[in-house]
Amino acid sequence: MKFKATVRVMPKPSVLDPQGAALERALRTMGGEGVGSVRVGKRIEIVLDGPGEAEVMELVARWADQLLANPNMETFGLELVALDEA
Amino acid sequence: MRLKAAIVVFPGSNCDRDCARAWEFVTGGKASFVWHKESSMEDCDVVILPGGFSFGDYLRSGAIARFSPVMAEVARLAKRGSLVLGICNGFQILTEAGLLPGSLIRNSGLKYVCKDVFVRVENVSSPFTGRYEEGQVLRIPISHGEGNYNAPGDVLERLRDEGRVVLRYSDPSGRVGPDTAPNGSADSIAGVLGEGGNVLGIMPHPERVSDRQLGGTDGAAFWESMVDSLRVKGIRV
Repeated sequence: MKFKATVRVMPKPSVLDPQGAALERALRTMGGEGVGSVRVGKRIEIVLDGPGEAEVMELVARWADQLLANPNMETFGLELVALDEA
Repeated sequence: MRLKAAIVVFPGSNCDRDCARAWEFVTGGKASFVWHKESSMEDCDVVILPGGFSFGDYLRSGAIARFSPVMAEVARLAKRGSLVLGICNGFQILTEAGLLPGSLIRNSGLKYVCKDVFVRVENVSSPFTGRYEEGQVLRIPISHGEGNYNAPGDVLERLRDEGRVVLRYSDPSGRVGPDTAPNGSADSIAGVLGEGGNVLGIMPHPERVSDRQLGGTDGAAFWESMVDSLRVKGIRV
């Protein structure tokens, strides 16, 4: 089966995010008076074959934990969709 | 026993030859290069992970290099008690590999900073810093975009308590404050020791100030200190 896994990586709330802070200032100068906070993360899309949803989820979670995110300073979220094999 | 020093080269390393030159010039010993794809290394006494942009700094600095075959050997040698020194990108790789605590994130000013800075030597009992004096201020270059050291509060506390912060960014007089880190580092940390005391990561580049003709010698004592601490074990250059 073919899947598309989406991994969203975000800096932990406790970790300073210099990019987010810079964007926050930029948005305020663009008239964004109401801007509270901005954080910058990453979105990684992986198209892969696998036996089933549970197995692929487990595999991608391991990749996210070991490589795609650094658990010292980032958290990640996963989303998995089965792709039509038309 | 003859001292063996190895410099690990990743695709994108660019301080490997400077490190070899500095090591050989200062210690009179020999340094050999080890390509990152090697899955076995001989039992070296000194392993240097040099600066550069391994794998183009993709994803996070050091994140991909950490999975190079050679890293299992670096971990083995670290466990064996060899001296492992990571400089700049080498420091980033060691944190990603879990051989050093914490992480190096984007500089707080967002800019790549390449200039001479001042660092204060905080611990002279490490095998890397024995030739320095406690509190000595070094003028030494940094060159990085991701050198902002971060770790959870309890980890920072433990590093402080155990004397594992070896270098802190300071002003020329040796004063350390929240304003003295050029990159936003927590506690102005510029270098930390691993748990066993034989793995050190530093952001400044001692190999660039190891020869009077090339702008300074404040970094030379790193190499000399390593040689001293190995000589005690009967290993000579």
